[in-house]
Amino acid sequence: MRKISLSKLDALFAEIAAAYALYLPVDTKAGAKFERWEAGKTLSDALNTVRSAKDFFFPQTENLMDFKMEGKNIEVIDTRSETEDFAVFGVRACDVKSFEVLDRVFLSEPADTYYQNRREHGVILSLACTKPVETCFCGTFGIDAASPEGDVVCHKTEDALYLDAKTEKGQKLMAELENITEEADAAAVDAQKELIHERMAKLPLANLSADAFGDGKTSEFFDAPEWSELSQSCLGCGTCTFVCPTCQCYDIKDFNTGHGVKRFRCWDSCMYSEFTKMSAGQPRLTQMERFRQRFMHKLVYYPTNNDGLFSCVGCGRCVAKCPIQMNIVKVMKKLGGRKHD
Amino acid sequence: MQEINCEVLVSKAAELLEKGTVDRVLGWKAGEFDYDITPAVFHSEQELKDGFVWNDFCGANFSKYLIKETGKSENKVLVFLKPCDTYSFNQLLTEHRFDREKVYAVGVPCSGMLDIGKVKQSAEGIAAVREEGGEVVVDTLYDGSISLKREALLPDRCANCKSKKHVAYDELLGEEGEAVSSARFDEVEKLERMTPDERFAFWQGELSRCIRCNACRDVCPACTCEKCVFDNPNSGVENKAAANSFEEKMFHVIRAFHVAGRCTDCGECSRVCPQHIPLHLLNRKFIKDIDSFYGEYQAGAEVGSRAPIVDYKTDDLEPGEAVGGGENA
Repeated sequence: MRKISLSKLDALFAEIAAAYALYLPVDTKAGAKFERWEAGKTLSDALNTVRSAKDFFFPQTENLMDFKMEGKNIEVIDTRSETEDFAVFGVRACDVKSFEVLDRVFLSEPADTYYQNRREHGVILSLACTKPVETCFCGTFGIDAASPEGDVVCHKTEDALYLDAKTEKGQKLMAELENITEEADAAAVDAQKELIHERMAKLPLANLSADAFGDGKTSEFFDAPEWSELSQSCLGCGTCTFVCPTCQCYDIKDFNTGHGVKRFRCWDSCMYSEFTKMSAGQPRLTQMERFRQRFMHKLVYYPTNNDGLFSCVGCGRCVAKCPIQMNIVKVMKKLGGRKHD
Repeated sequence: MQEINCEVLVSKAAELLEKGTVDRVLGWKAGEFDYDITPAVFHSEQELKDGFVWNDFCGANFSKYLIKETGKSENKVLVFLKPCDTYSFNQLLTEHRFDREKVYAVGVPCSGMLDIGKVKQSAEGIAAVREEGGEVVVDTLYDGSISLKREALLPDRCANCKSKKHVAYDELLGEEGEAVSSARFDEVEKLERMTPDERFAFWQGELSRCIRCNACRDVCPACTCEKCVFDNPNSGVENKAAANSFEEKMFHVIRAFHVAGRCTDCGECSRVCPQHIPLHLLNRKFIKDIDSFYGEYQAGAEVGSRAPIVDYKTDDLEPGEAVGGGENA
């Protein structure tokens, strides 16, 4: 484990930025946001960014390919380019875990090469959460805010930043920082972890349990009468899906440029009326069905197909952002506490 | 004067259920915390006692829910309306969007709802929020209890409230208020004073954060098309996300035009925006222009009024006179 004084953070970022495109959370008037670091930008103290870190690997829109038409000829243009090496600093434990959820979707065969390209070039410097807030419930899914995963795991104490490389990619990055950091023992980090664990145990949602859900629970919950009440005031907007670090649904669309076509991919939302519309129509005709899809996917379908892994990481963004304040916590409490038929 | 608190609302709702005036109640339901309140339908006194809540975080405007709710049953539904909600209520009636006979409206007074986003800017980790002697006391997870000034926590729509007067109700709880003079056009004037380039940069900056979640549209009581053009794959403009950097602006500008003259300035668009885009300023610009071009007009002030821009009078402003209205236009 290495450490560097907080007073030298700028020098640390400059050193990383010399070898990688560096992104970190900075404060804006609309909350914290990942931005490309340059001299003068300071690390936000906010617990988390408004948008999740999934944007780095799965952007909201991306151009997949172009088609150029001349007479009867159609030329297919591969618009892909090799991504530059980039580092993302300050990713929280929940968001780091979301990459595993996304990897299982995009990297399973056949791998999504657009996603894969970015994933291979990205280095994650995670940061432990010293002050989780009331909307946090990562612990429900076995995530430890004190010990995030990531290529380099960081802990920020009163006076220093501790960095611990966990992967080959992380070691490569740390090698660049050899001169600027110094060797450190784990005492301060261990003390911080203990404090974080105490704090996590006292969070209002500390006792939220996902035990009722998971692999093979489809028939138990699919026809639950509670869905109707839970979804009754859902607006059908896409806020929860777009701020979610694990929502991975997308649509592919063609944009007519007048002399060709740009084929682009953009995030889609199961909350939308046109989601997965096929020639026979939209399979989920009511908002109740669309609402149910989202939570069943997080809590039942995904774990059923992925060795029990839930596709919620408890970041709390949907809890904070839903316009009508309906969210996965309320769904889990209502359905998880229901009497079995 | 009787304080209009949660108990008063619950007992009024229970009484109307008991009498059979209504068979269900559209109200606010308590959540996990003091501030995460969800619109819900209550069917019995017991349900009301278990979950109905009326506090500083009951910002949701129920008027639009009446379209769906009145379609569910022949019986009346009770709805609680804050003063600003009643303007949306009337506007929806003007547009024949729900059946007035199926609603029993109870007006409730409002001294402004709090913006939880502003509370969170001053308090990290919220265990509880309550009002004590005119101040807002927040119990935090790490910094003990802190007191905040109520005025500092109001969203723009409440800080610049246009009316404490209910323009529609069957019954009113508490004393009636009055339309108040507000500084709601100050921000618009500030934008008007900008040069076109500055103004473009301002909106570019704000709208660049848009994630096209459509929450503004979906919550808007003036956005009641059964099929929105932006959801129609045959329209050619349907997109779930922006294909280029101009697209968010097009979406919001089209939406603002579409609700011009019908927007009551309820401010729900800005309340729900997860990216804190001050969308209400677009609508207020239209309201201000309509006021200055055609004389003061408040959408929803009465049922059946014709908005100036869908009406014609021989002394209407000529288009040439309207253009060039702003100093820098």
